[in-house]
Amino acid sequence: MDGASTVPDVIEAEASASAEKRLTRIPLVLNKRNYSWITERISGVIEANAPRWWWVAFAITSMVAMFGLFCLGYQISTGVGTWGLNHPVGWAWDITNFVFWIGIGHAGTLISAILFLLRQKWRTSINRAAEAMTLFAVICAAIFPGVHVGRVWMAWFLAPLPNNYGIWPNFRSPLLWDVFAVSTYFSVSVLFWYTGLVPDLATLRDRSTTKIKKFLYGIFALGWRGSNRNWRHYEMAYLLLAGLSTPLVLSVHSVVSFDFATSIIPTWHTTIFPPYFVAGAIFGGFAMVLTLLIPARAIYKLHDIITPQHVDKMAKIILLTGSIVGYAYAMEFFVAWYSGNQYEKFAFYNRIFGPYWWYWWVGMLFCNTVAPQLFWFKKFRFNIYVVYFVCMCVNAGMWFERFIIIVGGLHRDFLPSSWGMFYPTWVDIWTFIGTFGIFTSLFLLFIRYLPMIAMSEVKIVLPEANPHYSPDGHHSVAAGGKERT
Amino acid sequence: MRTPSGNKVYGMGAEYPSASALYEAAKRVRDAGFKRWDVHSPFPIHGMDEAMGLGKSWLSAAVLGGGITGLLTAAVLTFGPSWIIYPPTVPAFFPIMFELTVLFSAFTAFFAMLLMNGLPRWYHPIFNWQRFSRATNDGFFLVIEARDPRFTELEARELLEQSGGQHVTIIHED
Repeated sequence: MDGASTVPDVIEAEASASAEKRLTRIPLVLNKRNYSWITERISGVIEANAPRWWWVAFAITSMVAMFGLFCLGYQISTGVGTWGLNHPVGWAWDITNFVFWIGIGHAGTLISAILFLLRQKWRTSINRAAEAMTLFAVICAAIFPGVHVGRVWMAWFLAPLPNNYGIWPNFRSPLLWDVFAVSTYFSVSVLFWYTGLVPDLATLRDRSTTKIKKFLYGIFALGWRGSNRNWRHYEMAYLLLAGLSTPLVLSVHSVVSFDFATSIIPTWHTTIFPPYFVAGAIFGGFAMVLTLLIPARAIYKLHDIITPQHVDKMAKIILLTGSIVGYAYAMEFFVAWYSGNQYEKFAFYNRIFGPYWWYWWVGMLFCNTVAPQLFWFKKFRFNIYVVYFVCMCVNAGMWFERFIIIVGGLHRDFLPSSWGMFYPTWVDIWTFIGTFGIFTSLFLLFIRYLPMIAMSEVKIVLPEANPHYSPDGHHSVAAGGKERT
Repeated sequence: MRTPSGNKVYGMGAEYPSASALYEAAKRVRDAGFKRWDVHSPFPIHGMDEAMGLGKSWLSAAVLGGGITGLLTAAVLTFGPSWIIYPPTVPAFFPIMFELTVLFSAFTAFFAMLLMNGLPRWYHPIFNWQRFSRATNDGFFLVIEARDPRFTELEARELLEQSGGQHVTIIHED
């Protein structure tokens, strides 16, 4: 992890830039790497034999994943009672985990779609891995409401399938909106991810040394030839998928927040939830992107592609969304006081001083609100250890936040006679840990078999990819510039 | 068209040293009046569509059709049976209508892109050209097809060489 040691390089680059009369941008790919270096470095990760650490890590994570799946099997075969859910806390770790995982996915779509529409060229280094993270996080998320329905074999009731029981879904229910939102989100994310992968799969096909690899990568590359007549439609499809994913990603967490906001539970019944949830999702998701990519770039020496500039920009997004989240927390307290509603006031008093007090002090206050404020300082944004520490805080903090919202809202019912507490069982705990096993196993498989950085997209941000580029450096706009002419 | 050895000719290809060289060459081939030709590059080159004389992709029209289909499907699903069973509350149906519009549009974008590009197509004569494997790495190629009405071996070779093409090669059909 020599991210910190590259700070002087960046400062030096900036100093020399300001020495010139014309300001130049810091290049998005450092050390003037060319096209074939990018191909070699990224394909090389897949083409080399699996390193020993990979096998060790995969053995551990897949065992954890298997135990998680065993817990799910036990829960399905025995009943929802194996989870610690009971009156009055009918939603607890399961829905917390669902919101936690689905939120993580949002950063991937923000990077791949929204930053694409905003012409943020730095996204090209991180979008592939972030999109993969999205898919794996949504898979983990979907497990929880999927089994929480209790009788999993009747989950098809959620689909609008004409049947002789006369069962038809209630399209007015936010829980049904959730089914549609999450399944649409997953399907569109898969399409977007795969569309982006096709040119890179063709690269792997053309570099394959064995017949079996050539066959498999060839099948999935669909016969891609890099033809401009194909690129023309491809770029339009990519643009449209980005345009479609942008409102979609904002809608998904808004719909998730409707699950709560349309109820009458104090702390849930509020109009601030959709923007608050979306900001929180992006906040938590970027922390997870960094959690995965900082070790990956250190292990595979990708510092020229995922540069300190990239980490800096992601840290700034964490600062922005973290501050929005902090503002939303403060606004909830203000509205609770200003509303004059005694249940609302009590619920928020209980959030700070009630039985789950430390969840709030540690999770919401320290991890989510205070820790990201370190990113106001450039020194910390360029210190990889500080960045990693803050990301870990945010990862944990966002789980605590959802727990506080869900269990904090439920455990003190309107009547004190209905008050209760939530105690997770071993099945609760291991199902959650198991989803981390599933997530990391899938991510390890991804970096082993698919290019974790979008080669064809990173090549576009090189200066020589500009058709008006001339080697003397006097072409119209540098790489990373607003628009190539 | 066949070579002396009896192979059917797919076309003639040349490799260019950079994206800008390929861009300039494409403009010359366009101006020479060729219709059946293509350029191949590891990434989409900005402005290449105009350099090749291609208009805007009409994929967006297909996606609009897909989106409208999705919206209507959702309208039928929600307004249809639900309207009879429960009293109508139109705003409650918006999320489903939005989601299905996006879902249908995205599938249309993906499959229309494949259809319009003639993909998947796992065999193509251009793969017979040994050098062409660099098209997905760092190579820039221009290929004029033999079935272009203007195609003659002499003229195509001259044009490719004059525009800076290297390794000018006849590509066999099989």
